[in-house]
Amino acid sequence: MRNSFNSLLVAALFAALPAAAQQAAPAYRAPRTADGKPNLNGIWQAMNNANWDLEGHAAGMPPKEVWGILGAEFATPPDLGVVEGGPIPYLPAALEKKKQNFASRVKNDPEVKCYMPGVPRANYMPYPFQIVQSTQNIMFVYEYAGAVRVVNMGAPTKAPADSWMGWSNGKWDGESLVIDVTSQMEDTWLDRAGDHHSDALHVTERFTPRSADTLMYEATIEDPKTFSRPWKISMPLYRHVEKNAQLMEFKCVEFAEEVLYGHLRKQPANTGKQ
Amino acid sequence: MSHRVVASMFLAALIAAALLVPAPLAAQTANAVKTWTPPKTADGVPDLQGVYSNATAVPFERPRNLGAKEFYTEEEMAERTKAAAAAAAARANAEADPNIVHYDLGQFGLNQRVTAATNRTSQIVGAEGTMPPLLPAAQARVAAKQAAARGHNFDDAQHRGLSERCIMWGNEGPPMLSPGYNSDLQIVQGPGYVAILQEMIHDTRVVPTDGSAHMPSNVRLWMGDSRGHWEGNTLVVDTTNFTDQTAFRNSSKDLHVIEKFTRTGDNTVLYQFTVEDPSTWAKPWSAEVSWEKINNPIYEYACQEGNYGLANILSGARADEKKASEGGQ
Repeated sequence: MRNSFNSLLVAALFAALPAAAQQAAPAYRAPRTADGKPNLNGIWQAMNNANWDLEGHAAGMPPKEVWGILGAEFATPPDLGVVEGGPIPYLPAALEKKKQNFASRVKNDPEVKCYMPGVPRANYMPYPFQIVQSTQNIMFVYEYAGAVRVVNMGAPTKAPADSWMGWSNGKWDGESLVIDVTSQMEDTWLDRAGDHHSDALHVTERFTPRSADTLMYEATIEDPKTFSRPWKISMPLYRHVEKNAQLMEFKCVEFAEEVLYGHLRKQPANTGKQ
Repeated sequence: MSHRVVASMFLAALIAAALLVPAPLAAQTANAVKTWTPPKTADGVPDLQGVYSNATAVPFERPRNLGAKEFYTEEEMAERTKAAAAAAAARANAEADPNIVHYDLGQFGLNQRVTAATNRTSQIVGAEGTMPPLLPAAQARVAAKQAAARGHNFDDAQHRGLSERCIMWGNEGPPMLSPGYNSDLQIVQGPGYVAILQEMIHDTRVVPTDGSAHMPSNVRLWMGDSRGHWEGNTLVVDTTNFTDQTAFRNSSKDLHVIEKFTRTGDNTVLYQFTVEDPSTWAKPWSAEVSWEKINNPIYEYACQEGNYGLANILSGARADEKKASEGGQ
């Protein structure tokens, strides 16, 4: 009886609060690390098809270059999308570029070349990543291409140079790890559909524990050279709970060499007698 | 040989010869290991965290003329420091010669390397100070590999070296050695594992310290499978499951590496390793390098993303062939 009375009381109190405050109330309190912070340690992975296309899409044909070779294996799997509030707000020229990227994706997607994916794409590729959480630094180690970034949790610092994985300054905001990512190369894409950005990209990430084995991942993307306004993606990330879960090597350079250098292979014709 | 490899070798040699003024002598011997108690992480294990330089002026193998001499005396170290400074000054003068073309070492901070103090005469420890000779079977294996590649060195990407292909750098190991430049590593510890990031070439080893077993032996990794545990204040990491292409100093896929990481002071880590490979050497051998903490972040070494060299090498070879074939007609 007492429990249900308490529940009623809580419900009554919540009803009296403004809606915004109700939303802000943390739904879940994560276990703590030894230094008292929400414990994000673990091996995580998205379970969606955002890497194929951030926007909602039906299943689609594979790129024509692999028709008749890979069959259904490289067809685009469907997804309802992870962009909040409609399509990505491209500026007109940037939308054109996105279309060109899509048309040439087999040749130009940096993923095809085993290039580091940048942020946020690294977090929703079809490979796990590991969070190694310490007090001063939180390391994000990605299986894909051995990409890595070290999030500085001390006083924010300035990037010494632009880089593929950008420069990450983090802070705790209640239950959430909030990371400010700047100084990324303009060369990375946001997905296989050709979504892109410029060197003015500014990403604000928020990792919020939502249960023992899931995190909510949100990223606000600002880039006035490419988009008419900031926009946001959100998705859950899932913990690898296998007993023997660990990052493996995905040193993909050798898988990309034929694409990058195959046309430069010595041809038997070149070695023939004169 | 590619320009890049030549340049790397040139650079490494230059650094070894002239730039790394040996740090003043400090008691950096095994005895020092036991006398200092490291701080602990929040999880209660020794705190190895930090950004370190593993640059060193100590040669990997001991110069023959030193015989079994494993350490320099204090007087000898003072002399060596003086000689190295003189050599650096001479080199600085030579830079004024416009006919000498070389890296701008100052631009990359290569003339400001941080090296840990040591009076070792070689990284390889013990009376011999050199690697044991390759077993006959290993010699045959290496010779067969070289014979198969002979005449095909410029055929395609797959015939080039692993570092030129940006698959892995020779320093990465394990065992992890100084690459000669960008000799920086960072350690971050989470509960139950230690992550080690080497700037060259941005590979991270996440080493579990939970007592878990190695991967099944049919799963082979370029950098092997590392498992760690704590022995007192020392992190001990055991690595197996290498590929047959990794080849540390001509090792085989049976390479077994045992590394030890020990804080020896506020700013130093003693890195020791023992390697064994019954398919390659008759006995295990060991080496050690001291690391010194630095105040810089790790920079991103985007090797694959900036690899113009490999395409240029191959297209150069194809152009040469075309020219030769046209000349012959």
